[in-house]
Amino acid sequence: MAMVQITDARKSYEGGFEALRGVNLSIEQGEILALLGPNGAGKTTLISAICGITQPTSGLIQVGGHDVVRDYRKARALVGLVPQEINLEPFAKVRSTVEFSRGLFGLKRDDALIERILRQLSLWDKRDNSVRELSGGMKRRVLIAKALAHEPRVLFLDEPTAGVDVELRRDMWDVVAEMKRDGVTIILTTHYIEEAEAIADRVGVINKGQILLVEEKASLMQRMGQKTLRIELTDPIDAIPSSLNEYALIRAEDGGLIYTYDTRAERTGIGRLMADLSEAGLHVRDVSTAQNSLEDIFVGLVAQQEDAA
Amino acid sequence: MNWPAIGSIYSHEMMRFFRTLMQSFLSPVISTSLYFVVFGAAIGSRIDEVEGVSYGAFIVPGLIMLSVITQAISNGSFGIFFPKFTGTIYELLSAPINFFEIVIGFVGAAATKALFIGIVILGTSFLFVDLTIQHPAAMMAFMVMTGVSFALFGFIIGIWAKNFEQLQLVPLLIVTPLIFLGGSFYSISMLPPFWQTIALLNPVVYLISGFRWAFFGMADVPIAASLLAIAAFMAICLGVVWWIFRTGWRIRS
Repeated sequence: MAMVQITDARKSYEGGFEALRGVNLSIEQGEILALLGPNGAGKTTLISAICGITQPTSGLIQVGGHDVVRDYRKARALVGLVPQEINLEPFAKVRSTVEFSRGLFGLKRDDALIERILRQLSLWDKRDNSVRELSGGMKRRVLIAKALAHEPRVLFLDEPTAGVDVELRRDMWDVVAEMKRDGVTIILTTHYIEEAEAIADRVGVINKGQILLVEEKASLMQRMGQKTLRIELTDPIDAIPSSLNEYALIRAEDGGLIYTYDTRAERTGIGRLMADLSEAGLHVRDVSTAQNSLEDIFVGLVAQQEDAA
Repeated sequence: MNWPAIGSIYSHEMMRFFRTLMQSFLSPVISTSLYFVVFGAAIGSRIDEVEGVSYGAFIVPGLIMLSVITQAISNGSFGIFFPKFTGTIYELLSAPINFFEIVIGFVGAAATKALFIGIVILGTSFLFVDLTIQHPAAMMAFMVMTGVSFALFGFIIGIWAKNFEQLQLVPLLIVTPLIFLGGSFYSISMLPPFWQTIALLNPVVYLISGFRWAFFGMADVPIAASLLAIAAFMAICLGVVWWIFRTGWRIRS
């Protein structure tokens, strides 16, 4: 059974604005799902609805089989949330604020666990500092420590690496990887596509309150991926011979050719192209292929939705 | 009920109080002493007695009420406003606790702080005036009920307030005048008849009167009316809190 099951979730605000327009999503236990979407796509609203910060207008959201509205205690006990904004009490001490987070879940004090979490996030040396003395990156670590203090089984990271330096980003990915090893389900929102590419198992694309697609990262990239073939010629050309018109070639700056093909197609047409090139008297010196990035796929999807609307 | 979580909120709130214990302790002692100097010695020497009680002693219940009410409101409102302001309220909302558990934690802590200060003022009073409390249990009960209900009231203000100005607005514009006009420093019977009738519309009159009865066995209004007033006020506050809980007003959009 899915760890997080969202069925036709809707959220509309008083002004009539619909932040979520019938979201359906199923997240398996132990996977890392990256939710990609532009600003205002509904990512944070979706997370808020799952975590209890906002009430969905309609639909059903379950965590670990528990309805987040009716059975909120059992559902929320499983969930940890790292919010997008750095929301911390400035005067609180690092350790005590993390202990407080654990207490809020009604759990007994556990010094060993808190120490382990603080060490894992390189916060142990700062444990007696007050939050306002910490740098921005350190504060973000404190937010993560707070979210982990009750040992959640599902962790939501809302834009965890927005405005974060490279080192912290790597650290964060390490923490995520370690949690995944422990079987924790992780959902992160991001608009850095490279982040999704680096750590996610599956990628969901959300825009205008709707999930446009959820798919295994690898298969997504393969299924939707267009490849480009760069052909370097022994003798650079100024114009593309008309006999090659059917291939929709682009002349590269170096006088070579660029051929775009769909990996999904039955025939990529590469063999025929090579033959036709040779027929046209062009001699191939080198070839290279490049796969489209998630970014291209993402931009394509969002553009498609805009066109449809 | 998630009592451990309530306990966490409660002790978290109390921690802030203990961090500044000296301030929490000293400021009421100093302000009470000032009241005794101004009202008790300077003015009181000309008033002598009110209904058989020395003026210095007469103002003690009013002084305590004044502080308990203002402290309960300011602690109650600030306690919940602060997480709203810093954004840490997300934590309360995503924890496996319900709104009433949150209320119990915050209001309990705010009331505790108010009671602590009430007791400090009572203790200070003994330094200045001869005081015997006729109904100590009733006195404590009144103080607790007042502390709790005004902490609840403060909590509602804290939820309502969108900024620091609004946070100060209600206490400043409504509560302080009501307290000063509520007979803290005088008996309602000292007012002209017309103003006596007006004063009876002031809920604080009933609280101070009842509280004074616990001290000296005398009251401006019947003790039953005082009990009714505080019970009604608490019921209204609970009703509003219940409504906030149902609708998520200004908390869960």
